[in-house]
Amino acid sequence: MSNLVDLVAHNPLLLMEAAVNGLLLGGVLALLALGLNLIFGVLDIVWIVYVDLVMLAMYLVYFLVQVYGWPLWLGALAGVALGTLLGVAVHLLIITPILASPPVNQLLATGGLLFFIQSLATFLWTTDHRSIRLSLPTIEIGGMFVSFARLIAFVLAVLVMIGLYVFLTRTYVGTAIRAVSQDRGAMALMGADPQRIYVVTSAVGGALAGVAAALLSIQYSVHPHFGAAFGPITFMICVLGGLGNMVGAFIASFILSEIISIGGVVWSTEMGYVIAFALFIVLMFVRPGGILARRQ
Amino acid sequence: MTGARVLAALVLLVLGMLPWVPMAGMREYVVFVMVQILIWSFIGQAWSLMGRFGLVSLGHGAFLGVGAYTTTLLWNFYGLTPWLGVFVAIAAAVALALVVAYPCSRFGIVGHYFALVTLAVGEVIRLLLIAERDWTGGSLGLTVKPAGTDASLFALQYADKRVFYYGALVVWLAGLWVWRRLDRSMARAAMEAIGEDETAAASVGIRVTRFKLGITALSAALTAVGGVLYAQYITYVNPETLAGVGVSLRIVFAVVLGGMYSLFGPTVGTALTIALSEYLRIVFGVKLIGMAETIYGLVLVLCIIFLPAGIYGSARDLFRRRAAVRVAG
Repeated sequence: MSNLVDLVAHNPLLLMEAAVNGLLLGGVLALLALGLNLIFGVLDIVWIVYVDLVMLAMYLVYFLVQVYGWPLWLGALAGVALGTLLGVAVHLLIITPILASPPVNQLLATGGLLFFIQSLATFLWTTDHRSIRLSLPTIEIGGMFVSFARLIAFVLAVLVMIGLYVFLTRTYVGTAIRAVSQDRGAMALMGADPQRIYVVTSAVGGALAGVAAALLSIQYSVHPHFGAAFGPITFMICVLGGLGNMVGAFIASFILSEIISIGGVVWSTEMGYVIAFALFIVLMFVRPGGILARRQ
Repeated sequence: MTGARVLAALVLLVLGMLPWVPMAGMREYVVFVMVQILIWSFIGQAWSLMGRFGLVSLGHGAFLGVGAYTTTLLWNFYGLTPWLGVFVAIAAAVALALVVAYPCSRFGIVGHYFALVTLAVGEVIRLLLIAERDWTGGSLGLTVKPAGTDASLFALQYADKRVFYYGALVVWLAGLWVWRRLDRSMARAAMEAIGEDETAAASVGIRVTRFKLGITALSAALTAVGGVLYAQYITYVNPETLAGVGVSLRIVFAVVLGGMYSLFGPTVGTALTIALSEYLRIVFGVKLIGMAETIYGLVLVLCIIFLPAGIYGSARDLFRRRAAVRVAG
């Protein structure tokens, strides 16, 4: 605690900068959580492999832009397309055969896929960190330095979140997705095809993974352990926000990212994560419905 | 039954004689791999005590790390013999298990939510080990302080790895015994009922929280013992190999591959995964880093979809069904 007091007293600017960086990291986390929240939160299917799908799309963007010289926007579109395909493939090949078994089995099966993707990436592309060499400006606001790439990610995360919210609440397919999450059996009785809804949702979730990949690849380098680095925290955001609650997940992203960022400046990066994870565990007990849920 | 006993005695005899068989210079290596298989099989058995009842923990690395680091730190800084340190390690792991499992049971956190909470616990321990780098050496890990002699019972350090082979063999057998004891106890029936439907189990008078905490504490204690044994054997501890998501998933997947509902499932799964990665490492060297895990990941996905009882579990069920048909026909 004395560290924190010390920092506030002597170097408030450093703390401010950490807070702003936390805000921008929150945008990144929110972006990652969007697609997962659709699949894990709304459909209640556990894709523990989700961030590894983002990683694969990031590799595609990297190779297309850096090696084959495609323009960034085209590479980004290809990333979104790959994400969509991967989403559908994961659902049809892995989830469909075990849809009726306990969610833990889905978690284990997609966990096997995680292992497969992570090792295949190591095998094919080694453990090198690869990044698109892109010189985006750093903006200076009152003596603080803010990365432009992160600002873009932040703004787009907000836009995509609003779009997703409208899609889920205002369109027929969106309503059907929310309905299938409430009762998997009843949907078929209502004359809607649950299998189609699952495929559509998985495709949208995969596309969101592609969007996240496109935006992340301009600020992070990609490596085989990218999924392991961001996977746990992304899951925690979905649970903390209240499953399927897009606004809750958005707020949870910022709470966790601020803890990580400020904790990182005050103590150490690891301690920032420790506090964030510990908070997750405690909140899981006292607020299992998420931070926005009313207490029973 | 006598057939099975004869087979068990034969297997034990072969395992007991193994370190004395001349293998043209390969003996050291074979013993090294066998010790790894025995220790990780034991840890897998400990995990499956919980896993088979639907308490899927993705954070067993936490107990492994707490166990290994407790004895290592006590030995390095205070010179406390691992023979006493292991009890402190068990106490610490059980305490951690109870701190996590009690609220989970009280607040009804089960299934994949339980898995996510334990995953976070595993990460917390790994990150704490890295953050407290003044004691633990951070991500660089920590070497167990050498005892100074080739063989020290006090320090539990032996240059001759055959000592560890027999130690690991005994511990592995003890793990099998615990698994079997539980399998034939009332606790098993109670835990299965809880795994099926907690509310229904509670309504017929099963003390849900007590059974869950008991099985979690037992599993954590055995895992900590495995961690201590591994640390003493390798004489080096590292947060990545002994805590966190990576090692936790490795334990889970080896067990799932072999079969978590059968006595030898964890051992078969662990032996297969270690043997596969060692084989590919020898045949292809460092050219194919990641290849073993790639194959392993693929097999794992197929296993969970088509053979939920695991490779060993499914084979055993098949033989039993054949035998039953033969008796009936």
